Amino acid sequence: MGIPQFWRLQRQTYRLVGEMCGRCGSKIFPPRDLCPECSQPAYEPYTFSGRGEVYSHTTVHMPPEGYEENAPYAVALIRLEEGPLVTAQLTDVSPDEVEIGLPVEMVTRKIREFGEDGIIVYGYKFRPVLERVI
Amino acid sequence: MRDVSIIGIGQTPVSEHWDKSLRHLAADAVLAAVQDAGIGRVDALYVGNMLSGEIAGQEHLGPLIADFCGFRGVEAFKIEAACASGAAAVHVGYVAVAGGLADVVVVVGVEKMTDEAGAVVTGSLALAADGDYEVPHGLSLVAINALLMQRYMYEYGLRHEDFANFAIVAHQNAINNPNARFHSALTLERFSSAPTIAEPIGLMDASPIVDGAAAIVLCPTEQARGFTPSVRILASTVVTDCLSLHDRQSLLRLEAAEYSARKAYRQAGVELKDIDFFEYHDAFTIMAALSLEACGFAEPGKGTLLARDGEIALDGRIPVATMGGLKGRGHPVGATGVYQVVEATQQLRGHCGENQLPQPRLGMTQNIGGSGATVATHILEASE
Repeated sequence: MGIPQFWRLQRQTYRLVGEMCGRCGSKIFPPRDLCPECSQPAYEPYTFSGRGEVYSHTTVHMPPEGYEENAPYAVALIRLEEGPLVTAQLTDVSPDEVEIGLPVEMVTRKIREFGEDGIIVYGYKFRPVLERVI
Repeated sequence: MRDVSIIGIGQTPVSEHWDKSLRHLAADAVLAAVQDAGIGRVDALYVGNMLSGEIAGQEHLGPLIADFCGFRGVEAFKIEAACASGAAAVHVGYVAVAGGLADVVVVVGVEKMTDEAGAVVTGSLALAADGDYEVPHGLSLVAINALLMQRYMYEYGLRHEDFANFAIVAHQNAINNPNARFHSALTLERFSSAPTIAEPIGLMDASPIVDGAAAIVLCPTEQARGFTPSVRILASTVVTDCLSLHDRQSLLRLEAAEYSARKAYRQAGVELKDIDFFEYHDAFTIMAALSLEACGFAEPGKGTLLARDGEIALDGRIPVATMGGLKGRGHPVGATGVYQVVEATQQLRGHCGENQLPQPRLGMTQNIGGSGATVATHILEASE
């Protein structure tokens, strides 16, 4: 993975920008330019709310090379409130508190570093929805 | 289209082969298969492999292995389809012979995984998943299977122990396979107390990281008469699905496995009930359950019942993993699909020793790439 890859993905990973199908109105994430529902071209950007719930989850104890620093960490499939599933890490939660159906919201966090001289990659993670203070 | 038969098989033990390079491992299997067939000429060589570039630092396997085996000059190249690379290579060999472009084809699946440490292998295997939307979030292939298994257990109200018999049967069948990685029985206690890799997947749900190579020789059935006992390939199908779990229409239905099997039944002109045994893709116990359901051996959510009730044992309704499967024999990823076909051929020839089924006529193999994005199914028939 190189710097151009993260640069290309910045709208998706920083702001959860996907697409909306101009024909059937489906919300699409990750963006794929072709509506999975009606197979029509779908280029119209759509920014997701970032709210959803845990659809499935696990904890990675034996991470791939480059991800050792934060292990063990929780990852999940999140069902976004607009419909699509998204794969992401969970944060601000102990892995044993995670359960299917847990309401979560997107936050921007550090995903990984590429050594002392390398880039730091930021992107979306999901945390349990915070209770409103006011 | 010509009918295609298998006239030779070869395999190396599945093990940690620190003393052998990838080319030596492949050559051992290829030359064993060529000797088994007793042929002197080869028209093409197809290599199933996933990780040679990542782990052995070697691509361009076609000419490397062809030349090393003494077939310099033949058509030869690598076929990559993640964990389904082996069966995808068998499919290419089948197409070449069926289409009349080649008469004698060797297919070899080879993988060397133990030269590198765990985290490197884990990272390399993750290349089977989506490099933009799964891998950058720290997912391993184990984690992806764990997401499937967690949801499956939630929807069908299952416990981890319900999956134990998939692994126990695999270990039991591997004991009598001299080429298997494991020769020890697995108990429920050991299954349950194994360390967790990614909840709910424990070490004993997962197939081991190993080295191995397996090969077959194919020719048109009309030319296979002199080669006994030959085995006919009645069906060879490859079907794909979305690469990543989050894009699937239905998470707990392996649609590619379903369509691949259905297409194979149609191609072979057989029905589910005609299949005598099933070499399935038990890379993880959840894959065993999903594969049985996709092929129609169990209703959705009921796959584990086949294991619980002993129906997948050698004397059960649908014997699986008859030589140990991925869990017991081992899962050298790009070689696995060819091992499955080699073992099915052994069964149909009646050469499985203690594990021999009583005169099986039809065997099915299913090789699954990634979390179900590529699925290759083969149906083989014993010669008269």
